[in-house]
Amino acid sequence: MGELRLMKGNEVLAEAAIRCGCDGYFGYPITPQSEVMEMLMERQPWDETGMVVLQAESEVAAINMVYGAAGSGKKVMTSSSSPGVSLMSEGISYIAGAELPCLVVNVQRGGPGLGTIQPSQADYFQAVKGGGHGDYKMIVLAPSSVQEMNDFVDLAFELAFKYRNPAMILTDGAIGQMMEKVELSDYKKRWTEKEVNEKNGSWATFGKPSTRERNVITSLELDSAKMEVNNQRFQEKYRRMEAEEQRYEAIQCDDAEYLFVAFGTAARVCEKAVEIAREKGIKVGLLRPITLFPFPKDVIKELAPKVKGFLSVEMNAGQMVEDVKLAVYDAGCNQHVEFFGRMGGIIPSPGEVVEALEQKLMKEGK
Amino acid sequence: MDIKEIIKPENLVYSKSKVQIDTITHYCPGCTHGVVHKLISELIDEMGIQEKTVGVAPVGCAVFAYNYIDIDWQEAAHGRAPAVATGIVRLNPDKFVFAYQGDGDLASIGAGEIIHACNRGENILVVFINNGIYGMTGGQMAPTTIENMVTSTTPCGRDHERNGYPLKMTDLVAQLPGTSYVTRQSAQTAASVRKCKRALKKGIQNVLDKKGTSFVEVVSTCNSGWKLTPVQANKWMEENMFPYYPLGDMKDSEKGEPVSNN
Amino acid sequence: MTEEMIIAGFGGQGVLSMGKILAYSGIMEDKEVTWFPSYGPEMRGGTANVTVIVSDNRISSPVLHEYDTAIILNQQSMDKFEKAVKPGGTLLYDPNGIVNHPTRNDINIYKVEGTKTAVEMGNPKVFNMIVFGSFLKVKPILKLDNVEKGLEKSLPERYHKLIPLNLEAIKKGQEIVETVLEV
Repeated sequence: MGELRLMKGNEVLAEAAIRCGCDGYFGYPITPQSEVMEMLMERQPWDETGMVVLQAESEVAAINMVYGAAGSGKKVMTSSSSPGVSLMSEGISYIAGAELPCLVVNVQRGGPGLGTIQPSQADYFQAVKGGGHGDYKMIVLAPSSVQEMNDFVDLAFELAFKYRNPAMILTDGAIGQMMEKVELSDYKKRWTEKEVNEKNGSWATFGKPSTRERNVITSLELDSAKMEVNNQRFQEKYRRMEAEEQRYEAIQCDDAEYLFVAFGTAARVCEKAVEIAREKGIKVGLLRPITLFPFPKDVIKELAPKVKGFLSVEMNAGQMVEDVKLAVYDAGCNQHVEFFGRMGGIIPSPGEVVEALEQKLMKEGK
Repeated sequence: MDIKEIIKPENLVYSKSKVQIDTITHYCPGCTHGVVHKLISELIDEMGIQEKTVGVAPVGCAVFAYNYIDIDWQEAAHGRAPAVATGIVRLNPDKFVFAYQGDGDLASIGAGEIIHACNRGENILVVFINNGIYGMTGGQMAPTTIENMVTSTTPCGRDHERNGYPLKMTDLVAQLPGTSYVTRQSAQTAASVRKCKRALKKGIQNVLDKKGTSFVEVVSTCNSGWKLTPVQANKWMEENMFPYYPLGDMKDSEKGEPVSNN
Repeated sequence: MTEEMIIAGFGGQGVLSMGKILAYSGIMEDKEVTWFPSYGPEMRGGTANVTVIVSDNRISSPVLHEYDTAIILNQQSMDKFEKAVKPGGTLLYDPNGIVNHPTRNDINIYKVEGTKTAVEMGNPKVFNMIVFGSFLKVKPILKLDNVEKGLEKSLPERYHKLIPLNLEAIKKGQEIVETVLEV
């Protein structure tokens, strides 16, 4: 058993990065995620593991530093919150287009614009549908506990390198600011230069030995015919992610007549709502997507015929509900898919969620 | 008669550097990029640093720099080359990393990144090609476009009331303690090419010696964008650009040394 | 066992750190814990509150609409959270500065003269530990030696010399808590 601590989600991100052998972090302060870089600077990992931490002049610079460092075949990450991630979206598009692995953490706050610093899930579309320009996808992991903030850092890097693609941890101010018991991962050594060369030497740019052709990292291809081939390769990769990486947690779904679908903080609320509703005799379960891209549509297809309806519970105006509807439609089912959410940085309460279930799905005629 | 019969080894007086890739250029005849690419290739070759060099290409005409110099390259988003180079060099401090940028890229959209990279004294060389115009997009005004110069977005000439003043980036970065060697060169004559090569060599050596940021501006021509012949363009540059962008070393010191205000 | 509580008062009263010590003590007792603060500018000088959940089982929602226990340390928090105590639940408050005392008759109500006692003890900073002691008296969910370990874990080493004083305050709080109403 690893070391047990009481830590904030944001602090755990930093600790997990150091422990999983991350080589570099580039960031810019923004509430509610500034503890990530603060914790890293406090920990001074450059002395301990050799990890580099740099405060950039902007989110734009930070993501481009990540792009540069990722190009050298190493494990690099950044973190920000919603407005900052918007600024980074251009860079993320380049990273996806150049097929580089990296980790971007979005500790979401409410928007649009400067919005609020309170927790939100309003960047779901931005995270799972691309965000920046061009047809690209990120692997998106949605932790719902401080423990998962620890666990998903290493997992995100593993998936990012497996697919040579940016991965995102999409979380929010609640999980970032919350403290919970966490079992920290054991230390993994950073890759040596030799290991980086062995693993990533076929594409990474760290100086061209005479034994190989030069590596060029670019997303540019002016020849449309060649660019389309690139696009097809990307899409094939995204389909492979969809086939292999769908992750979810099913809570009391076996006998459920109704299903909540919720991720992150909203899923925690729904877990409580399941307890309350079950005490009232309502057979409801919770399906918690862990990967938002790839969306766990296979399990929804499987469950759809067995239930009377779905309630997608989100801290936004209704975004993931569209993916739930698509999955239900793909299953050839016509079950009701309803939405309940709060915005502006407000987290719905478990009681509200149960009420929404009763109002939207269980009334006569539904 | 076969070409090999004409070019015999004993008759060889010049050969291109092996770091320079044998390919057809996309640069216009008379363009300064080709000359500077050649100098960088020669220096990488002569200094024996091909295996440790990573170039960062800009957006602009030099976006295809990676087609000409046989080293590892990373292509940056518009203006972000200094940030990309920062990321590479911070994690690979023993490599030679350089950013190659034009004036639109470095002085306009990337003004923030270059100032901060120089201010942190990132151990990189920045090669700054200043031809006073956006060449690739068809000759629009750049921040370095001199007053009264006609471009496609200043058809009546740049007017500072409307467009502000030409920006002297090199003078700006020379003020930053993070930079160690800051110079302004040109490459339109044999003599100036030799001088430019010496400046680039010094910049590279400074990076290898971990002295912080070296910054080499090359005042350049864009005869296509300027709508002049190559010869006319060189003359126009000498007569109009050099007075505003005078050549010479602006700073040659150690990183962190106080900057004099004289 | 699951204990869902809210601790609410002014910023500077040690609300968040009381919650943190409580949560750490829970970990020492092999419990699951969640500490969820109100965050942002409102923390600075305004009201501060933190939800703390201690449980033998996996903890679901960090956001609750009703609580087993509310520890209330100012009037705004009384107005907001008295009604959020579950029927049969517990409300512990410091009467200092309270104008409208709790009126519900379906919950257990206790009060602790924490502010006054802290001043008497010569250290206003131990206020939160006095209140914490009172809580442990009326809801003995944690053993005192685990609380001591929790203090050690949650305080930086340079403050460890203050642990005996904090323990003394906790004991004081256990002694002085008064029952207003038990249902």
